[in-house]
Amino acid sequence: MGLRELLNGVRWGVHPHDDHKRPAADVPLRVMPLPERLCVPLLQHVGAPALPVVAVGERVLRGQLIAAAQGSVSAPVHAPSSGVISAIGEVTAPHPSGLPFAAITIALDGKDEAGDALAPHADPFSLSPAEVSQRIADAGIVGLGGATFPSAPKAQLGLKLAVHTLIINGGECEPYLSSDDSLMRVRADEVIDGVRILMHATGATKALVGIEDNKPEATAAMRRAAEGFAAIEIRPVPARYPMGSDRQLVQVLTGKEVPSGARTASIGVLVNNVSTCAAIHRAVRAGEPLYRRIVTVNGGAVAQPGNVLAPIGVLIEDLLAFVGLKEAPARLVMGGPMMGIALPHAQVPTVKGCGGILALTANEITDVAPSACIRCGSCVKACPMGLLPLELSAHIQAGEYDKAEAKGLDDCLACGCCAYVCPSHVPLVQSFYHAKGEVWKRAQQKKRTEFTKGLAQARTARLEREARERAEAAARRKAERAAQQAAAAASANTAGGASA
Amino acid sequence: MIAPIASVMFLGLVLGLILGYAAKVFHVEGDALVEELIELMPGTNCGQCSFPGCSGAANAIARGEASVDCCPGGGRALAEAIAAKMGVSLGAGGKADSGPKLAQVAEHLCIGCARCFKVCPTDAVIGAAKQIHGVLHGACTGCGSCEKECPTGAIGLEPVPLTLRDWNWTKPALAG
Amino acid sequence: MSEYLILLVSTALVNNVVLVKFLGLCPFMGVSKKLDSSFGMGLATTFVITLASGACWALEHYLLAPLGLNYLRILTFILVIAAAVQFIEMVVRKVTPELYRTLGIYLPLITTNCAVLGIPLLNVQQANNFAMSVMVGFGASVGFTLVLTMFAGLRERLSLAKVPQTFEGAPVSFVLASLLALAFMGFSGMKLG
Repeated sequence: MGLRELLNGVRWGVHPHDDHKRPAADVPLRVMPLPERLCVPLLQHVGAPALPVVAVGERVLRGQLIAAAQGSVSAPVHAPSSGVISAIGEVTAPHPSGLPFAAITIALDGKDEAGDALAPHADPFSLSPAEVSQRIADAGIVGLGGATFPSAPKAQLGLKLAVHTLIINGGECEPYLSSDDSLMRVRADEVIDGVRILMHATGATKALVGIEDNKPEATAAMRRAAEGFAAIEIRPVPARYPMGSDRQLVQVLTGKEVPSGARTASIGVLVNNVSTCAAIHRAVRAGEPLYRRIVTVNGGAVAQPGNVLAPIGVLIEDLLAFVGLKEAPARLVMGGPMMGIALPHAQVPTVKGCGGILALTANEITDVAPSACIRCGSCVKACPMGLLPLELSAHIQAGEYDKAEAKGLDDCLACGCCAYVCPSHVPLVQSFYHAKGEVWKRAQQKKRTEFTKGLAQARTARLEREARERAEAAARRKAERAAQQAAAAASANTAGGASA
Repeated sequence: MIAPIASVMFLGLVLGLILGYAAKVFHVEGDALVEELIELMPGTNCGQCSFPGCSGAANAIARGEASVDCCPGGGRALAEAIAAKMGVSLGAGGKADSGPKLAQVAEHLCIGCARCFKVCPTDAVIGAAKQIHGVLHGACTGCGSCEKECPTGAIGLEPVPLTLRDWNWTKPALAG
Repeated sequence: MSEYLILLVSTALVNNVVLVKFLGLCPFMGVSKKLDSSFGMGLATTFVITLASGACWALEHYLLAPLGLNYLRILTFILVIAAAVQFIEMVVRKVTPELYRTLGIYLPLITTNCAVLGIPLLNVQQANNFAMSVMVGFGASVGFTLVLTMFAGLRERLSLAKVPQTFEGAPVSFVLASLLALAFMGFSGMKLG
């Protein structure tokens, strides 16, 4: 246990010696010029993918709805600039598999003509919470911290469960990333106004904004913006990865632990990211849907690292061309180095939840072959959820997924602290990802088997019923024929009797 | 001479009576294990396992005549559930899992003969006479009953393309 | 009273039936792969040994000794044990079919578990009274269950460990059993009674 942990009372996680946030964080925010084309994905959130409402060849304007939400947990998608729809099809997803996913490709005309914005509202506090939620839903706002859960259903859930406190996540604990930092420095007023709107929408009476203590400029700007709003409190928190995880931040700010398997709302708090709050402000006050965001472009291979305001759906190669490359990157990562996604190539669009693009050099990545676990327990100390990563990994290696589940696999955040501290470079997080996928797959298969079993039983019942009905019908016909014959015979008899 | 014979006979009689009574009290109707196995089975009676229906397979498994992973429809999830019930350990590889396969109709070959959907155990094939048939992928178990019926080879099992939803990380190899 | 307590401790731990007297090694190696099934096995054996100790004491004192049929001891004891095992088999089959399946052949083989016959014979040898016989039977079977579950738990952990290829499977289990036996040797240094 180091001095740092003793002082700040946080006993989990890791703290890299160099978080690589600066100098990128201190470079003024740049606005990216419009590229030639954008690929706007349909599934940029948790839930059902959006349904395209435009056709190929149609001209769209900035802010126009191009794909509508489907179902209660979903989010619509808007055009980031004006242009012509050139394709609705598949592009490579920002996913380690390199598999494709559906996207709308827009060939931009460079005019950036604004379309009909959503109705702006000068005084959102005169609206009902449900109306505010509807505006948030219409603007396609999702959790911008990376979880990408649609914000409107989240706010409605908060209202239903009567949360009392909003936790605003300005932690941004991943190394290299500074998009939230930059946002808080430049647009602190928007964030604070977004927090107030969100408090109105959820019925919360208090908001705690947690900002890691390695961002003094952002903290100062937020303090200035929050002056005069007693319900909003800016709280610096120790810089420790993964402070930006909702459970950890809630625990540090409120002292309460979210129970295993439950949501934060179960203890009366709701966590939202600072960027989400700023987007909510823009959506409700200005009627601007979510079509652009601040993206940190960083890494050793980048010539001018910094924060860029970029349209959603811009291809990574265009973004990298804007900031320039010093050398060919050894690895491209979307998100942070701890939890980010290694990209298959640069022809991949950004999504709403993408806060950073890293172009890392060979020196910045470790690619060491794993050696045997020496049972040092470093991973146990590092795990923010209090799990035993070495035990979980051993069970997973032996194929005992049920035992791994019993030891709390579901609670694993996949934050990567365990793999980061492992002296043997055991691929712990990959094991956990694999096991979670495997558990999910089995559950799906079981559900499917149960469903088809129901179908098979229904079919058997139907066949039986049909056979019975056929038999009954045959019996009825036979009886009718017999009755007719009897009647005929009787009439013949009577006729015969009459004649006799 | 009489005493030892009599005492052993007496002992045998007493114990025999006790056991006979216990056998009545703890009588097990049928085989509970078979019942539990049938409960686990898909119940589609597709016959891919080469046993007469799911109950036939359950009986064979309970008698130890069939392996626990003999049901292709249930996949590895079912094989593991059965292995747990049977108290045996499933081999690490088991049967090579070639990935799920579902029935698919080649529209240019289908003549609308309506034979395939009559044999489908889950009513997953839809259509009418002289109409091109279709398969509801959500209901198909990939049992292949339809494949055998088709006179033109239009319906057949195709591997399901991998999507983002189904993709999974591989199990990492550790140092040996 | 304390006499019985000492008897219990001494039979369960100090003179442990498996690791000190080396009786009942067959299920010890055979049914110790899974914790659940070995605990079930322990409970079944506990029932059989305790019942057999009591029944065999009665048999010895009311039938064999008065009639002078000491030479029939092993035969009649086995008869009683076999009946008890048959009984427990029916119960297990009715109550938990899974345990019945898992234990498989080891359940009827309790009959030939030397610990089960050994304890009633030991009772006769040491001229224990009825209560003491039952206590010895119970203590010994508690010791048996304890060791069996401990060993199963350790083997479950062992299945996750990297074992040199030469030692995989049974060999490493024997190494484990010997280490466990060494640990139990420590109890004889306690000097009870």
